[in-house]
Amino acid sequence: MRKYTPKDSVQKQAYFTDRFFVSPPVPRFNPNSDEIFAKDFEEINYSINVQEAFIEHTHLVIIIDKSFLISCIKLLKEKLEYDMLMELSAIDYLATRDGYEIFYEFLSLSKHKRIRIKCFLQKDESLESVTSLFKSANWSEREMYDMLGVKVVNHPNLKRLIMPDDWYDHPLKKTYPLQGDEAASWYEVDKIFGKEARSIIGPEQRDPAAIDRYDTTRFARLGHEVPFDTDISEFEPETNISYQEENTSKIMKKLKPEESVVLKRRR
Amino acid sequence: MAQHKINYLQDNGAAVKLTTIDKLVNFGRSNSLWPMTYGLACCAIEMMATGASRYDFDRFGTIFRASPRQSDVLIIAGTLTKKHAEFMRRLYDQMPDPKWVISMGSCANTGGMFNTYATVQGADRIIPVDIYLPGCAPRPETLQYALMALQQKIRKESIFRSIKKKRLV
Repeated sequence: MRKYTPKDSVQKQAYFTDRFFVSPPVPRFNPNSDEIFAKDFEEINYSINVQEAFIEHTHLVIIIDKSFLISCIKLLKEKLEYDMLMELSAIDYLATRDGYEIFYEFLSLSKHKRIRIKCFLQKDESLESVTSLFKSANWSEREMYDMLGVKVVNHPNLKRLIMPDDWYDHPLKKTYPLQGDEAASWYEVDKIFGKEARSIIGPEQRDPAAIDRYDTTRFARLGHEVPFDTDISEFEPETNISYQEENTSKIMKKLKPEESVVLKRRR
Repeated sequence: MAQHKINYLQDNGAAVKLTTIDKLVNFGRSNSLWPMTYGLACCAIEMMATGASRYDFDRFGTIFRASPRQSDVLIIAGTLTKKHAEFMRRLYDQMPDPKWVISMGSCANTGGMFNTYATVQGADRIIPVDIYLPGCAPRPETLQYALMALQQKIRKESIFRSIKKKRLV
């Protein structure tokens, strides 16, 4: 659970400090005595060295070493009837544990149950592809490589899936800035016009509330109107605009503003 | 005389209408704007609704064409990602002159809610835009209004002025 903070003075505080939702911990059950997963777990535990196993949210979660991965998935598919690879991806733990946690989510359509295999991959290690066992792993592994930079060996076509081929870096890494790095911010300009056009087009405008006071093409200058597309960056003209209603007395029409005195305050 | 028979002898017999070449050409151009069938994201759904029978884009002489070579308006309907930017530019370059661009919706205008690494922050970084249409997503009436604004813009243009090269670079 997230830490309790007193909410009495919450409106006086400038910001709410919990930025992200912290999911409450879920109880973990022992798979040995579970009536659904006990047999499966026994089978896996017999042939594979299981580091940790528990049941969470009605899923059996098994954490193994990466060297057992292929044999474990083969066992799941061929013996235990887990015939569908639902999802496969990695979680970035580069900062804390210097590697990625890889997870595989399986579904057994005949037995109606789900299992999750997890293993840890060091930063410079590479992962064995499971495309030969599950065809759906093809794109998932490509996405994993694209987004997180996990290298997969024996993959039939390991190239980026979502980002363009010449993209620099892997955007789902925790270290990747949300609004992109230097290469990302100039990507389309470099690609279409070439690097020399950077100075003409200019950097990206990332501030959604940005208003350029010298821009006379897109922003109205109420009270200080100038003709459309006038360059006022050097000199901002003092525009003294006064309005006079049309159906006024004749003497008001005759008076010119420069010849008359304008009262600041009603007398 | 039949009721709808045209009286050719009115105006002292001169079957003549006086106008300028500008007005004549722009009359033709502005009333048959053919946009490209090209949608990027959810704004395209609104664009399709605009083209369909309820809102009926055809009554403006606006017929969606399936080829950039036959169209003269590009409606950027949706989020323009950086991966797609070069293809968008290529389609724009394939369109014959004179051509106009409507940037439809917040994403195409400024990147909108997608203030991220993968979205082009305003389609005008790639393509010169004539009409910026706000909204997320703009309703079909709004797109029709944008087209009418574009028609007014075209009607003001002179056809004899040297056509400004619509290239950013």
